[in-house]
Amino acid sequence: MTDATEMTLEEREATLGGIGCARKRKEDIRFIQGKGNYVDDIKLPGQVFGDFVRSPYAHARVKSIDTAAAKAVPGVLAVLTADDLKPLNLHWMPTLAGDTQAVLADEKVHFQNQEVAFVIGEDRYAVSDGIQAVEVDYEDLPVLVDPKQALAEDAPVLREDVEDKDNVGQGTRRHPNHIFTWDVGDKDAADQAFSGAAVTIKEEIFYQRVHPCPLEPCGCVASMDPVRGELTLYGTFQAPHVVRTVVSLIAGLPEHKIRVIAPDIGGGFGNKVGAYPGYVCATVGTIVLGRPVKWVEGRIDNLSTTAFARDYHMTGELAADSNGRIAAIRVHVLADHGAFNAHAQPSKWPAGLFSIVTGSYDIPSAHIAVDGVYTNKAPGGVAYRCSFRVTEASYLIERMVDVLAQKVGLDKAEIRLRNFVTPEQFPYTSCLDWEYDSGDYPTALNKVLEAVDYKGLLEEQAEKRKRGELMGIGLATFTEIVGAGPSRNCDILGIGMFDSCEIRIHPTGSAIARLGTKSQGQGHETTYAQILATELGIPSDDITVEEGDTDTAPYGLGTYGSRSTPVAGAAAAQAARKIKAKAQKIAAHMLEVGEKDLEWEVDRFKVKGLPEKAATMKEIAFAAYQNLPEGLEPGLEAVNYYDPPNFTYPFGAYLCVVDVDRLTGEVKVRRFYALDDCGTRINPMVIEGQVHGGLTEAFAIAMGQELTFDETGNIQGASFMDYFLPTAVETPVWETDFTVTPSPHHPIGAKGVGESPNVGGVSAFSNAVVDAFAHLGVSHMPMPHTPWRVWKQCQALGIGE
Amino acid sequence: MSKIPVKMTVNGRAVDELVEPRLLLVHFLREKLNLTGPHVGCETSHCGACTIDLDGMSVKSCTVFAVQAEGAEITTVEGMANADGSLSALQEGFMQEHGLQCGYCTPGMIMRAHRLLRENANPSDEEIRWELSGNLCRCTGYQNIVKAVRYAADKLNAQQEAAE
Repeated sequence: MTDATEMTLEEREATLGGIGCARKRKEDIRFIQGKGNYVDDIKLPGQVFGDFVRSPYAHARVKSIDTAAAKAVPGVLAVLTADDLKPLNLHWMPTLAGDTQAVLADEKVHFQNQEVAFVIGEDRYAVSDGIQAVEVDYEDLPVLVDPKQALAEDAPVLREDVEDKDNVGQGTRRHPNHIFTWDVGDKDAADQAFSGAAVTIKEEIFYQRVHPCPLEPCGCVASMDPVRGELTLYGTFQAPHVVRTVVSLIAGLPEHKIRVIAPDIGGGFGNKVGAYPGYVCATVGTIVLGRPVKWVEGRIDNLSTTAFARDYHMTGELAADSNGRIAAIRVHVLADHGAFNAHAQPSKWPAGLFSIVTGSYDIPSAHIAVDGVYTNKAPGGVAYRCSFRVTEASYLIERMVDVLAQKVGLDKAEIRLRNFVTPEQFPYTSCLDWEYDSGDYPTALNKVLEAVDYKGLLEEQAEKRKRGELMGIGLATFTEIVGAGPSRNCDILGIGMFDSCEIRIHPTGSAIARLGTKSQGQGHETTYAQILATELGIPSDDITVEEGDTDTAPYGLGTYGSRSTPVAGAAAAQAARKIKAKAQKIAAHMLEVGEKDLEWEVDRFKVKGLPEKAATMKEIAFAAYQNLPEGLEPGLEAVNYYDPPNFTYPFGAYLCVVDVDRLTGEVKVRRFYALDDCGTRINPMVIEGQVHGGLTEAFAIAMGQELTFDETGNIQGASFMDYFLPTAVETPVWETDFTVTPSPHHPIGAKGVGESPNVGGVSAFSNAVVDAFAHLGVSHMPMPHTPWRVWKQCQALGIGE
Repeated sequence: MSKIPVKMTVNGRAVDELVEPRLLLVHFLREKLNLTGPHVGCETSHCGACTIDLDGMSVKSCTVFAVQAEGAEITTVEGMANADGSLSALQEGFMQEHGLQCGYCTPGMIMRAHRLLRENANPSDEEIRWELSGNLCRCTGYQNIVKAVRYAADKLNAQQEAAE
């Protein structure tokens, strides 16, 4: 074989567009021309529309539902209630957390805006008319919105359907409103460390209820083909394969008769992991009517009913010596799970991966207990741009370390440097049994401190404090745990959390790869192709990446928890290596040498010592279909199911500088410097974009987002009138930086990055705001740091005039 | 509900349809004309995903009835490419500067930026941020959107200069 081109090695590498290059995104071309295909863009022949009658009450008995008038509305085709679903046993559905959730309210409603009836009509306007015409008679019941009151002896019993059960899927319960207790660590060791400690601190830290709020709400189109008996379900699914299995289990349809398709998704951030009543009702609707049924929620529905995040009432304690060296951590969490336990975590982890709460610090002992309770609020509890409950854990430890620094009179950078897991300790096993794969925390922090002239900032702050001005410097040195996960630890509904990639190389040397994940904006079509380009020596422009169709893609657990690169990205590399191994056999045959005489170079196998004698991957691809060594099967395809040996542990060091107006309470973010280490960097442009987006979501959470409820359970602020989404005006300018500490167990050393900026960002903002008041004796201020709350803090300190 | 006729020009094409008076313009564009570029992200006129250009103004098409657009000249993102079919400077800018991720806000952002650059050919970064503040993005953190608009402004200004 001869090389037809005259390109240098560097040019050949550049042509590949592989790992490390800032390749422009392949998906952009359709989006910038309005040619994306989101679920609400789907228009099937005969398609009708469905939407819900929702409860105005947070807790009430449903005495009767009169649908007669609604059914008479022109254009209305059907009205479904729980009684209609009962014969199909679909009025309740299993949740991902072992509990059950009402699809349509069965005699009782448990939260405001809960689904009560489903109206199907020719178009959304007729449906809207129909919804108005449904008459529901409610008898209101006492409402429970404060999880602290949930376990009181005389508390109203919310879930009468499980009142007698001592277990609703995640362990023993001790009260009708109690869901589980999750207890980890060594209590005796931690208690002992506390009793002998020179310094202890305790802080009540509430991580408020927020919502991931992707710009596109949740929705689906269900289409039953009555002749073939096949159901196609299009939807905003972050995990389409899991949806297929769930639909099969609850609807009783054979899994091969169900095709789930996740088309383009307009952001997910965890909101689109769960299964919602709309999916079930649209499916029942299409089975009943024989016509495709679309359900797309409105924004208020989205914010008030489909998966919220956080709502963790945490009590944290640290014990330390007089030098600020931490000896132990104790945490209790009261977790408000709402009306149904529908949080999305790996099944064995009722508080997700919260036990990463020791963070970047070498803490000898720990004890964590989490109690989940029911309240009259929407169900959910998803990770909002973070790996399962990692943000809560990271926020807690990063806040607590600051509180400890204040107590022992240490600088917040110094206390971190004293407590860091050192680079020599990796792989490091934490006292809560996580094996951190790799890291270099001091280098990351020192790089940031130098970049921002930390010393200069401290001097400026000291001067401003003398003048009565409020300036805060916030640090966060976080460690994430992502890439769920090893099947020994992680499953969803008993299915191990592996992921997959299938590659087919076409005769002319281009390729298609299909994966079990599903992008919601992360740019998988671009970045997976880069991994494959480097591994296979095929230009990324010649590789199509497909996800989201369960009829074509291999089974995978989907995209959330920053798991795509750590798990499916690894599967991509492993599948490519299988192809390469076969390609080597074919190349040896083509070049008439032994396999061992060949070496790989960028895009070809070369004969060792005879560099001009080579076969490119493109040439090998063609040979795979016509010129094979004897005994080798034709074609060039591979599939890999990757069960990761461990999680990956991305980390970072963030620094935030704020100026606070003590007269108005307004917090101005002057500077935000974010250094991330996500191991091997596949596409720096995409990484930077992920960091910008994650920081902006962190900014939103720390500074303004909160779903609150009044005492009768009315959700306050479930629209964009009130729920804070920062615009381009409020959003700070971001500065990004990086170090590279590859993961030793991942095939290409990559760790994942999408969620790090949210995990680290929230603490950095919050720490900066509190730091602005630290010299006045303030150790903690609850999020979100809205001007009103900050103003109240100023008033309380007598500095607001 | 009785229907009434409505005529308008959409992306240079004359449109003549019968609609219910309560039909929102965004549903008219998306469901009658199959122009699914404008998206619905809220029902309170905050998110801007449905932004179109209507008679030389940026308009959120989720809060206009189709009948109110009688006689109007409308451009949606589908009408943004250059006459020869090539990408407009703004479309190119969003791609070059990584100004989009999930793409849901992008059609609205592009349409708003289009009107902005017609009104102010050389906006500062701060002006761009103010002018786009009626359009929400959950993915990008806006920084690269600002760069994308800057890219388009620079390109259009350079073309203008070359032509003069």
